[in-house]
Amino acid sequence: MVPVQCYFVLSALLFFIGVYGFISRRNLIAMLISVELILNAVEINFAAFNRLLFPGQLEGFFMSLFGIGVAAAETAVAIAIIINVYRNFNSDNVDSIQNMKR
Amino acid sequence: MVMFCILAVVILGSAVLCVTTKRIMRAATFLLFVLFGVAGLYFLLDYTFLGAAQISVYAGGVTMLYVFAIQLVGKRSLQGLIERMKGSRVCYGALLSLVGLVTVVAVLLKSQFICAAAQVADVEVPMQQIGYALVGAGKYQYVLPFEVISVFLLACIIGGLAIARKEEK
Repeated sequence: MVPVQCYFVLSALLFFIGVYGFISRRNLIAMLISVELILNAVEINFAAFNRLLFPGQLEGFFMSLFGIGVAAAETAVAIAIIINVYRNFNSDNVDSIQNMKR
Repeated sequence: MVMFCILAVVILGSAVLCVTTKRIMRAATFLLFVLFGVAGLYFLLDYTFLGAAQISVYAGGVTMLYVFAIQLVGKRSLQGLIERMKGSRVCYGALLSLVGLVTVVAVLLKSQFICAAAQVADVEVPMQQIGYALVGAGKYQYVLPFEVISVFLLACIIGGLAIARKEEK
């Protein structure tokens, strides 16, 4: 039986690896990948806390499930925006985008 | 416990490589490993349905989207656009993450509610219970978020199409 602290430390580490990536990378897709890492860390927390602290309930389970769905939708829209940005600015770097419209 | 350690090493190692590698395609591949590791954690917690959803939605859908986006966005990105990493920004990011990590871990390991961890029986959460809770309309049942997320996904599909469409000039 794995204690709940292990899950917590693992997800905190994953979360802050994602935060580090979000700050240090300047490529739009790399930043989006870091956001995915952060979302996964949060979903591990929801599932582990639900299972180990309140095994009779299913709140954290459904929070994780809906989080997965929302993350998929967010990725689709964000990638559409990135492709459009690349088409307009010929760059996928954040620093080159100063205005919303050229 | 052994399984947990293996999964933790896979997840953390792939995550570190994912944010430090300079090639975007490799970052997407390491993201795939992280997602498989997280799905393994769900299986370890006996949430089989959640693990299956994670594999099919994330590993099957989202990673494919990333790969297509990388292919579409740049010939340079695909060949490994060598992204310049500024030293100051890396230092700033590392410092901020370390401070945040120490704060969060200290707060949650000190807190009391974590001690209430129950010893759960090692049984899989039955699919029937999940299904009833997902589409039931009573207390602790989730038909409303279920419907909201389906409308939300439809809105995102339409929004994505509207944004990515080529404008006629």
